[in-house]
Amino acid sequence: MSVQKTLNGNQTIAEAVRQIDPDVMAAYPITPSTAIVETIAQFKADGLISGEYVCPESEHSAMSVCIGAASAGGRVMTATASQGLALMWEMLYIAAGLRLPIVASIVNRALAAPISIHGDHSDTMGARDAGWIQIYSENCQEAYDNFIQAFRIGENLDVRTPVMVGLDGFIISHSMEVVKTEDDAAVKKFVGEYQSVYPLLDTSKTFTVGPIDFTDYYFEHKRNQMEGIENAPKVILDVGKEFGETFGREYGFFEEYRMDDAEICIIVMSSAAGTCKDAVDELRDAGINIGLLKPRVFRPFPHHEIAEALRGKKAVAVLDRCASPGAFGAPLFTEVRSALYDLEDRPKIVNYVYGLGGRDIQIEHFKDVAKKLARIAETGKVEEIYGYINLRE
Amino acid sequence: MAKLKDIAQLEDRLVAGHGMCLGCGIPLIFKVALRATEDPLIISNATGCLEVCTTIFPRTAWNTTWVHSAFENAAATMAGIEAMYKSLKRNGKLPQDKEIKFLATAGDGGTYDIGLQALSGAMERGHNFVYLCYDNNAYANTGGQRSSATPFGASATTSPAGSEIPGKLQRKKDLTKILAAHNIPYVAQANPARWQDLYNKAKKAFEVEGPAFLNVLCPCPTEWKYDESMTVKLAKTAMDTCVWPLYEVDNGKYKINYTPKEKKSVTEWLKPQGRFRHLFKEENAWVIEEYQKQVDEDWEELHKLVEMTK
Repeated sequence: MSVQKTLNGNQTIAEAVRQIDPDVMAAYPITPSTAIVETIAQFKADGLISGEYVCPESEHSAMSVCIGAASAGGRVMTATASQGLALMWEMLYIAAGLRLPIVASIVNRALAAPISIHGDHSDTMGARDAGWIQIYSENCQEAYDNFIQAFRIGENLDVRTPVMVGLDGFIISHSMEVVKTEDDAAVKKFVGEYQSVYPLLDTSKTFTVGPIDFTDYYFEHKRNQMEGIENAPKVILDVGKEFGETFGREYGFFEEYRMDDAEICIIVMSSAAGTCKDAVDELRDAGINIGLLKPRVFRPFPHHEIAEALRGKKAVAVLDRCASPGAFGAPLFTEVRSALYDLEDRPKIVNYVYGLGGRDIQIEHFKDVAKKLARIAETGKVEEIYGYINLRE
Repeated sequence: MAKLKDIAQLEDRLVAGHGMCLGCGIPLIFKVALRATEDPLIISNATGCLEVCTTIFPRTAWNTTWVHSAFENAAATMAGIEAMYKSLKRNGKLPQDKEIKFLATAGDGGTYDIGLQALSGAMERGHNFVYLCYDNNAYANTGGQRSSATPFGASATTSPAGSEIPGKLQRKKDLTKILAAHNIPYVAQANPARWQDLYNKAKKAFEVEGPAFLNVLCPCPTEWKYDESMTVKLAKTAMDTCVWPLYEVDNGKYKINYTPKEKKSVTEWLKPQGRFRHLFKEENAWVIEEYQKQVDEDWEELHKLVEMTK
């Protein structure tokens, strides 16, 4: 039976960690994810978890510890944010290349310079080609639910790929919310027993893990790796459906909010999607046919499904909490725009960057976007394909 | 006391077929040190000569479980393996009587320089594994760049001897003492020329509860530029000149394991090696004098540490 608790985002992740009780947890403190690590350490001190907790001297070592532990054969998690994820960057690729299903909770935060402790998606978006599955959460409840599902998805034997679960720094990590948490036993049962593949600790055999490839093998090994993440979409949907059947909250690749008869549409991920829903409701009350599409899974990117969801729309605005300097639009935009290419009757599409370094985005800002979309829908013309929201220029 | 005859009977963990250079010190060190435990052994190996030369896919020269993840993190990777071992054992997911030994290893580049932080962290946290540094005084895998283990006066590709600068003008980092300062149960310096000492030290390192660190001088004919038949002889010269003293720090107590009957001049160490050739030009005589002074100071300090920790 689920229990309603008042928790912030970091506490929901820590609570899920306590329930899942991974064999090894290795994490280094960094704002705004520090409380996750502190809470795990306290759980360990109080005997509430039986796994091994390692407090390494850097995030690079934290991910290295995770890699060693996962290759030894067992369930492993970590948590970090921002510069911490950036310091892990080298090891992210190695975790994915060695097919180790580590789960990382990433409290999304801006990257320096200038140094900022507040939330945006620059950290995980910078790691989007590292070979990890990426799932983003709108609120504390989703952070909890996504984190639990991440183990099932990453550890699936057809997938065997690490997973990062994003939640917005401060906006979610430090905001109290009423969260439904499930029974310890039910969560443990849902996650299931960890199945080791080539565990180093099985000394009945000898393994050589992480050898050097020359030009004759590297390409094939990378291709094999990609098969894991290519197998993930089906598993993500199966796990999301089973989660719904078990706990009453079903998940897919994305959430569609009032999209059925919408002519114009905003695409935005994570916490801003919550504000956007209120904006959509107010705009609908004012007679504007607008909808929201909130991507949940960014890697693997559900390009086909998103294109289908946008079929027939007149104008779409993609809002990115991250810039991609020098690129033709920010990361979510370039993915969506590419996904639309094969539609014969494509919607017009624009990109707005918002919320860098934790800058607020409010209902009024979404209404401004809606106005611009309405004009594009009416005229069929895009004047400015790229812009910024709530920025002094 | 182990006899060579008995040690030689034990199964090799590093077998034939690797691609290390003729005269390389690495196989000499590993063939002896890895025989010092008969338990199952898991090795975490940093990027470097040993890694590259033993595991060109699809071949492996390892007759024991071996993992490589990156350059600077052999210790952190091993910390993860050891943490998983403890966790699974404690929770009944591995048999209680299952004994496995763990060894992390890197060259001096992966230990003195880029891997120092991860090494220090793992030692401070008390993970129960042996770290073995094979110190060949340079980034030998990539063609002999300077490391902080490169000796004073040596020419390396990133500290070359030229008409104005006579090679590397910074003193070698004393890593063994840095590790001793971690107050871990066992720290030692060894040398493949004295295989029995190396074997005994590796055995102690595997047997202690908690972290142990072995720093082993590893002659490199390719980058030190000497005749490859001279590897063991040169390693012995390093002991006899006190350039690389054999000592151990056993639970904080320093002990010198080898004292030459007659301490030889550093020129005997420098002369056979091409990397020091430029030092024998008249204008560079001061470098040799300075090097001798450093070696003498270190040797003297070592005796003081023995006295102080008696």
